[in-house]
Formats: sequence, structure tokens, C-alpha cells
Amino acid sequence: MVRHAKITDAQIKERLARTFRATRAHRRRVDRAVVYVLSCCALLVIFALFNILAHLLTQGFSSVNLEFLTHLPKPVGEAGGGMANAIMGTLTLLGIAVLVGVPIGLGAAIYLSEYAHKRFAYVVRFTTDVMNGIPSIVYGIFAYTMLVVPMKSFSALSGGIALGVMMIPMVARTSEEFIRLVPVSMREAGLALGVPKWKVIVDIILPISIGGIMTGIMSSLARVAGETAPLLFTAFGNHFWNASLMQPIAALPLQVFAYAISPFDDWHRQAWAGALVLITLVFIINLFASYFVARQSRIFAGKAA
Amino acid sequence: MKDTSKKISVERLNVYYGANHALKDITLEIPDKKATAFIGPSGCGKSTLIRVFNRMNDLILNARMEGRVAIDDKDIYARDIDVVALRRQVGMVFQKSTPFPKSIFENIAYGLRIIGLKDKNTIDQIVEKSLRGAALWDEVKDQLGKSALALSGGQQQRLCIARALAMGPEIILMDEPCSALDPIATSRIEELIFELKNEYTIVIVTHNMQQAARVADYTAFLYLGELIEFGNTKRMFTVPQDKRTEAYLTGRFG
Repeated sequence: MVRHAKITDAQIKERLARTFRATRAHRRRVDRAVVYVLSCCALLVIFALFNILAHLLTQGFSSVNLEFLTHLPKPVGEAGGGMANAIMGTLTLLGIAVLVGVPIGLGAAIYLSEYAHKRFAYVVRFTTDVMNGIPSIVYGIFAYTMLVVPMKSFSALSGGIALGVMMIPMVARTSEEFIRLVPVSMREAGLALGVPKWKVIVDIILPISIGGIMTGIMSSLARVAGETAPLLFTAFGNHFWNASLMQPIAALPLQVFAYAISPFDDWHRQAWAGALVLITLVFIINLFASYFVARQSRIFAGKAA
Repeated sequence: MKDTSKKISVERLNVYYGANHALKDITLEIPDKKATAFIGPSGCGKSTLIRVFNRMNDLILNARMEGRVAIDDKDIYARDIDVVALRRQVGMVFQKSTPFPKSIFENIAYGLRIIGLKDKNTIDQIVEKSLRGAALWDEVKDQLGKSALALSGGQQQRLCIARALAMGPEIILMDEPCSALDPIATSRIEELIFELKNEYTIVIVTHNMQQAARVADYTAFLYLGELIEFGNTKRMFTVPQDKRTEAYLTGRFG
């Protein structure tokens, strides 16, 4: 071992102070640079979003009026008309999607957090993660081969189911996370009272975590609301009111797509208006989601206190 | 132990969590209508032991047990035992208060409705009786519809005791019921335990030796899964018979 010359405490203090002074300016520069880069990233996020919104508003706002919201599309060449059928269509499709995605997704989440053995839960969780990554058009193809081909018709039902199946993994994952956040002692308290396990789940665990579950449902709903690909060969689109769930149905994203690639200026304006209505719908759904987030965090905070 | 009859008897009980031998060959008898405390350092098995009495360990996947546990001489691990009925007979209060996300009234009425009680008048009266029994009635009688989550920690814990009382239990298990409470709330719970033991058999797990000395008639000292000493609390605190008990009581480990 090499023996260094002994330095005194005073020398150590002096050396530390000298080094500190020497590197101070550099440290400050780096610090400032980091803050600058990070704030630029944050600004870019806002800039992108505002740009899209501003564009939509300037291009679409003038075309959104009562006629647009309440009338059917007019044939090519005739001025006016609206997308009322597409708005109703999107709401119908979302309704079917909720009926498919929520019970299955939530059921799977309850099973995973309350009943499943570790290994099986891991397999299911991995599967849902993979499902989350599947391109949405694949869900469309799936619904096409499973429903459209056997039923020999494009239909609202097949489109809604395609969206619903897309929702399943999102609902399952978020719901499971929130159900797991409920303390074990709450479950035990219920069971210790002699409450059967399924009643504990329904009466105690779900009411505690319902805010988080609703948040998951809302954000997955907001995501599928704007999906076009899964609807291309399922819901298919329709220029008229949809008479039955077994018939093709209009949807906002489909209508926007069809109008946007058309050669007519009037249709382009309508496409912008449709996009604006769609994003407003998604915005409203997200508002509900954040309401439920706030409600859930109040419940968890109340329990922690 | 004279002039007491036994309520719970444990014979040669062994509990394993996977490879971990959590309770080793425990034999003891818990007297009726007395307060019995389990003390010992963390991980000694006192919580495991209390959870044997209402079969809470059934919920743990890799838990395994051997031996006999009987309440009123009836083996509670026998095949024909209805676990739900057992848990009505043996109430439990946990370390962290566990009010359900319901009103104060509904927290207590819930258990009654679960067993099928529908008569409003009966439910009302049991709720009041239980809240009085848990020394909470005067504080909440004007706000029974309020959320139980809005109560203070000590009140929540007494609500949980009231909830257990409503089911008409004979035994009340308390797993460190005061460890999350301030000294004032703690002393209220201790006073309550003192009253409850006239009517109920109380088993309390605590790592607070003074608490055991204050509320318990009998004390069991557990260490590393073994029952080291069990007997009259006063006697054990003044003349412990085992060196390890003495060491723990005098604060040399734990």
C-alpha cells in the first residue's frame, strides 16, 4: 500500500473549498442547460396539441352548425348536409364496445387480482400487454373473419365488437391495478365478518376502486372512439341512418376519412367539422376520466388518513 | 388458572408458511370472558396464532397447519365446520382500521344484512347497542348517515369493534388494535377492552408490553414461533419463570 503524505484537516477543508469554487460555474451551466432542454420538451408537447386544436378550430368551426349536427349527408354537388348519422353511429358503436369490453375486461381484472394463481395471472397479464400492442387494423380483420364473413354483411355489431375487443386489455389492466391498491386488510375485514368472498368483492372492494376503474374505462373509450382502421371492413360506413345493428353503420372517423380523400372542397370542410366534433367527444370523455381520477385519489387519501 | 373455564384450546399446533415453520408445537388454553394478550418481538408468530382462531390463515395460499384448535371443545378445523358461522362467533379487529366505504350506520348494518336480517327496527336497535358497546354512540348518534371514512382513526377503530359486536360474537380477536393510534385514542380502546372482557373472551396481540400489563388477565409470550411462557399477567410481569421472558420484559431484546 502506498503511503501518502499526511494532510491536515485544515488542508482538506481548503482543498474542498478550492475545488468547489473551480467547478461551480460549470455546474451551474449544466444545471441551466438541463432545465432548458426539459422545458423545451414540455413546450413541444403543448405546441403540438395546440397546433392540432387551432387547425381543427379554424378549419372546422365555421362548418359546425345545427344542420351539420342534425342532418344526413347530401349527395355530391348539393351544398349543406351534415353528419348526424355518423355522430349517432359513433355513439352506437361505443355503446356496443362498452357492453363487450367492460364486463369482460373488468371480470378478468377481478379474477386476476382476487382468484388467480401467480403463474396464471402472469400469463394473462402478459397476454393483455401483447393485445395492447396489436395494431388496431388487426382487430378489424379479426372481427371481419369472425363476424362479417359468417353473417355475410358488414354491420354495426361487428364494428362495435371490434372496438370492444380492443378495450378489453386496457380495461383489464387499469382495473386490476386499482383493485390491487385496495389494502388486504379491507378484504380480511369483510371475510372476518363472515361475508362471502364474492360479496366482499361486490360490496367492499369494487366501491373503493370504482373511481379508478371508471377512469380506465373512460380513457380506453376515448382511445377507441377515434379508431378508423377496425371499422373499415366491419361497420363499413353508411350514408343514411342505421336501421338495424346487423346493417352497416356510419361512424365519425370513417366519414372524416371518406370525406377527406374526396376531391370536393365542400366535403373537405365537412371532414374538418367531423374531426372537430370527434375530438370534442374525446375531450368530453377525458373530462369524465379526470373527474373519476380526482374522486379516486380523494378516496385513497381519505383511507390513508 | 383457577375458577375459569377454557374457551379456546390449542393442542400441539404447528403452522408453516411454505418452508417457514411459523408456530412450533403450541399448546395453550384461553380462558372464557377474560382478556388474554400475546406478546413477543416482531415475527414471533403472535399474529399467526391469533389468525388461527377465525381461520384467517385459510386465505394464505401456502399456509399449512397441524394440530388441534377447538372452541368450546369443538374442533374448528373439522371438515363439517362452517367457516362463515365460525367467523360470526369469532369477531376480529385489525391493526389498521378498516371502515367500509359506507355510512357509519351501514358499516354495522352491513354484516347483519349479509346474514339475512331485514327487519328495520331490529337492525336499528342492534346498531345502537353495538355503538354503545364500543363507546362510540354519543359521538356519532347525530351523524349516522355520514361516511365512516370521515371519522378519526380512533373512532374508526371503535367502529370496527362495534361492527364486530353487532354480529353477536363470543370471542373478539384484536391484532395490534392500537398500533396506529395516538395515546389518547389508545387509552379509550384499552378502557373499552376492560369493559368488553366482562362479556366476551378477548384475545389481543400487542407489541406494547405496558398495554398487555394494563388490559390482559393472562399473557402468553412467544419467541421465534415457540410459546415460551403463558400465565397470569401480574405473575408473569413480576416473576417471569423463563430467562427469555425476563429478558424481553426488561427490554433486553425485541
